[in-house]
Amino acid sequence: MGSSQSMSEEVRELVSKTGFSSDQIEQLHRRFKQLSGNQLTIRTRRTQLTWMATRQSSWAFNHSSLQTDMFTSKENFNNIPDLELNPIRSKIIRAFFDNRNLRKAPNGLADEINFEDFLTIMSYFRPIETNMDEEQLEHCRKEKLRFLFHMYDSDSDGRITLEEYRNVVEELLSGNPHIEKESARSIADGAMMEAASVCVGQMQPDQVYEGITFDDFLKIWQGIDIETKMHVRFLNMETIALCH
Amino acid sequence: MAFKARGTRLKLGFPAWGLLFLALWMLPRVLGTEEIPGHNSHAKEGFQIVTFKWSHVQDPYIIALWILVASLAKIVFHLSHKVTSVVPESALLIVLGLILGGIVWAADHIASFTLTPTVFFFYLLPPIVLDAGYFMPNRLFFGNLGTILLYAVIGTVWNAATTGLSLYGVYLSGIMGELSIGLLEFLLFGSLIAAVDPVAVLAVFEEVHVNDVLFIIVFGESLLNDAVTVVLYNVFDSFVSLGADKVTGVDCVKGIVSFFVVSLGGTLIGIIFAFLLSLVTRFTKHVRIIEPGFVFIISYLSYLTSEMLSLSAILAITFCGICCQKYVKANISEQSATTVRYTMKMLASGAETIIFMFLGISAVDPSIWTWNTAFILLTLVFISVYRAIGVVLQTWLLNKYRMVQLEIIDQVVMSYGGLRGAVAYALVVLLDEKKVKAKNLFVSTTIIVVFFTVIFQGLTIKPLVQWLKVKKSEHREPKLNEKLHGRAFDHILSAIEDISGQIGHNYLRDKWSNFDRKVLSKLLMRRSAQKSRDRILNVFHELNLKDAISYVAEGERRGSLAFIRSPSTDNIVNVDFSTPRPSTVEASVSYLLRENVSTVCLDMQALEQRRKSIRDTEDTVTHHTLQQYLYKPRQEYKHLYSRHELTSNEDEKQDKEIFHRTMRKRLESFKSTKLGINQTKKTAKLYKRERGQKRRNSSIPNGKIPMESPTHDFAFKEKELEFSDPEETNEYESEQMSGGIEFLASVTQDTATDSTTGETGSDVPLTGYSSPREKLPSWKPDQANPTSGPPEKPLLLLPACLQRPWTQNYSSLDNRGISTLPPASEYTKPYEGKPPETSPKTNSSQKNPPPANPGYGPENKGDSANPKQDPPAVGLKEELVGPAPKALPEKRTLLNMHAHLRSAAARRVQSRRSFHRPKPLRYPKLQKLASLPQSCHILPHSLEQEETQL
Repeated sequence: MGSSQSMSEEVRELVSKTGFSSDQIEQLHRRFKQLSGNQLTIRTRRTQLTWMATRQSSWAFNHSSLQTDMFTSKENFNNIPDLELNPIRSKIIRAFFDNRNLRKAPNGLADEINFEDFLTIMSYFRPIETNMDEEQLEHCRKEKLRFLFHMYDSDSDGRITLEEYRNVVEELLSGNPHIEKESARSIADGAMMEAASVCVGQMQPDQVYEGITFDDFLKIWQGIDIETKMHVRFLNMETIALCH
Repeated sequence: MAFKARGTRLKLGFPAWGLLFLALWMLPRVLGTEEIPGHNSHAKEGFQIVTFKWSHVQDPYIIALWILVASLAKIVFHLSHKVTSVVPESALLIVLGLILGGIVWAADHIASFTLTPTVFFFYLLPPIVLDAGYFMPNRLFFGNLGTILLYAVIGTVWNAATTGLSLYGVYLSGIMGELSIGLLEFLLFGSLIAAVDPVAVLAVFEEVHVNDVLFIIVFGESLLNDAVTVVLYNVFDSFVSLGADKVTGVDCVKGIVSFFVVSLGGTLIGIIFAFLLSLVTRFTKHVRIIEPGFVFIISYLSYLTSEMLSLSAILAITFCGICCQKYVKANISEQSATTVRYTMKMLASGAETIIFMFLGISAVDPSIWTWNTAFILLTLVFISVYRAIGVVLQTWLLNKYRMVQLEIIDQVVMSYGGLRGAVAYALVVLLDEKKVKAKNLFVSTTIIVVFFTVIFQGLTIKPLVQWLKVKKSEHREPKLNEKLHGRAFDHILSAIEDISGQIGHNYLRDKWSNFDRKVLSKLLMRRSAQKSRDRILNVFHELNLKDAISYVAEGERRGSLAFIRSPSTDNIVNVDFSTPRPSTVEASVSYLLRENVSTVCLDMQALEQRRKSIRDTEDTVTHHTLQQYLYKPRQEYKHLYSRHELTSNEDEKQDKEIFHRTMRKRLESFKSTKLGINQTKKTAKLYKRERGQKRRNSSIPNGKIPMESPTHDFAFKEKELEFSDPEETNEYESEQMSGGIEFLASVTQDTATDSTTGETGSDVPLTGYSSPREKLPSWKPDQANPTSGPPEKPLLLLPACLQRPWTQNYSSLDNRGISTLPPASEYTKPYEGKPPETSPKTNSSQKNPPPANPGYGPENKGDSANPKQDPPAVGLKEELVGPAPKALPEKRTLLNMHAHLRSAAARRVQSRRSFHRPKPLRYPKLQKLASLPQSCHILPHSLEQEETQL
């Protein structure tokens, strides 16, 4: 308990904001520094200043390199060798810079993210806590699904259109060289139809299904347990994975 | 010994059943002579026509009888749903065994039939464990592997130690009286009674349906704890034979080392054999028949090998099943997969049945019973209590690391689900009475424990689960969206772990699947299998199959296939396909389909699904377009076909003939002789062009069609037929129909997109060639059987809609010389009253067309004229709706008729272009038509109908 008392204000703030424990935050920060390397891509000055201000009292962070390490840019993610094989890598990286996920703006992409943003994104994947009540659970679930939804809805119009869906499915299946693009497309079409039938039910002949809205998205997910699907256990231990 | 030879021969002959037979050969000891009535006592010299040789067949005969009894018992149990829903089958079988054992005992006064360890371990256990491994949900299993291992290793050791020590402690206090048991014997007993039994757990939990995680933990534990049990048992057994005072520390260390050797060695053996098996199945393409045999033989060899090396045989065969399943399932043909699945299930559940029955029978043997109330009761108490304590402790530890927490309720079920079974019994029977003096006490205690856990706990676990409201497993149909999102999540999670620099489950899984894809799959899978092997594709495939089945089922239910089209067409058309989409049949899926034409019919599961999905066709049918239409008729063709054989005979003959002919033609793949080549080419071109036109037509909201078109269409047909001989007509017909079908399949796309003909052209052969023959019969009944339609107005309406495609078909039929179409005439009846003046038009066309270029003419013109045809297309719909404007409920049906109509309409439009004639001219030709065979009259009639509507 000693550590929690000596926890800096800034860390405490982050803890309350993101729900990570201070150990985890420290751990993630170390990783964050690793990722951003020595690249200095600071444009959002305001954020940096507040960070610098709060930094003074922080025991958790290494003071010397903080100013340069605070931001990570998209290219930094390319340094992760393990990520290269991920078929939807670009989508995931994009999600890290998506203003909707960062809760900053209804659309658009951020140029770079700082550690807090990094934590915000990571917090989407926090496991559900045991002491959550129904409402919190529901909220948590929605947030997680929203993340996925935003990943699909690349033009931020609140709808996953067929085009967008196909795009994602193609990328998803691109890992398998034996699946042709047409297959991916017809699968996406099939999925879209399924979505349409789930969300709208029996459609009238003159009705047109334009795309999956977030409400529809929730409907599709109804009854599906996402507990195990969207959670990462963040360790308190030393990171092992490499990055160069 | 003669029987041994027999047994081996059996085994060679039938790998699957042979094992069982051989297994049971061991079971019965030879019955007393009183059961061998005709022992050829009166056999004299000379040839005897009939001899009675009971002793010759005795053993296999008895084995077969026992199997029969057990199987019959199962039937009887399931006669009453009430009984089986309350009492687990395993408990019933034990009780049955007790009764049978009592009967045998009463007759014989010797326990003739007991479950011997050899039989159990060599023949009864492997199929059950293999089944468990082969059907193991791998992802779930490896996802919870840590938890399972902890329970299996630590939990079992804990159970063994605490139970043995506690019993020893109580023994020292003197409650049990004087027994010649030492500490080591108690520990030995503890180790054999500690292990949760896979067979019992499976038997009980299968009926309880707890959630997947809980099930996999209990079940996985019961499988993996075998290594621990074997090691503990062997260690203590050898310690006992060594004598308590001679056991040194070195021996203990050896024991611990042997645990790792036994478990890891067994696993390794399993993996090696799984690799072998996968590799072998990669090359069985030409010996499909024995393909399933490899699965059983090689996995069984893994079991025997590790048994030979005194490693954990259960682990070996479990991991063999787990590791090979992916590759084997991909490699072997669908039929073989079905065979493997059913054989495995049959063997496993047969073995399970026999095990439980013989557990009951074995208990009826006074010579093994030594009663010691304190010992038996305390054993029961200790195993339950320590299991509970162990579970709670371990769960507390695990919950610190688990993402999905195991709650109190889960822990209760896990503690309560610690069933003991035949493994414990077989192990205790294996004990050497010379070394372990109290063997009989152990045996009787084990039997009591097994009976108690299987009967009492098995009986109460269901109510307990319900009372505790344990999360149940819910069986849901696989949804494509769900799978896609699930896949997305997998990638996201592994990416997040990569980014956050952690090595977690997702990280490892991702690395493994990469390795698997890059190395293992390439090595162990057929190239074709590599292609089509993807979860999402599989789900897609499954859903398609299901749709197809539900489609036909629904069609059958409603009496005609026409109706089913409505929901799908409607929905699909309205999905906003904003981009051009090549209507290519999804390659790998269709590949799968073509390869496994018969799967649906064979697959029991699929049939079950069909029944289920009749209810929610509306949902399922909307899934997919092309494939669905592509092969559903093929799959269920016979079904429908035979069904309709009953309704009309004439009709059926024609169908058959058409079917056979078109089929033959198709097999020749258009390399046909004589004029055929020309014809084919022409029709193919025509067909293609039609498609293009259709597309344009359908891009108009309502897909309407010019008013006069029917006439011209017919004219076109007639002309076409004129110069083609019967044989070719046949071929043309197939083409034509395929056009219709193909169109059907692609309506949705057409309406939604404006892809070019060139793009879509690629799927022509597939759709065109596969579907027409089935399509034809399936539609035919529809008209032959007007009652299937809704009453009154719809009755009128529907035939009208159907008419067009049919007129075309019939027209070609007629020309070919197939006479008399009773159903057709019946079908046209409703329209007979209509004014006849229109028919002349159609007849005229017969003569009018320039015979030289019937095929090419329209083609050339058509291409240029196509765009102009769009506006007039509107007519068709009016024409359709015309007869029954009020029949709004049928609107959907109508709309989905459009699919056919449009294709027909397209044809008509073309024909009009090429054979445009003033109406008056046609009139004279009517007489000519009248002179044609009866069947031909139908055509004009139907056309009349169309015209009058307009």
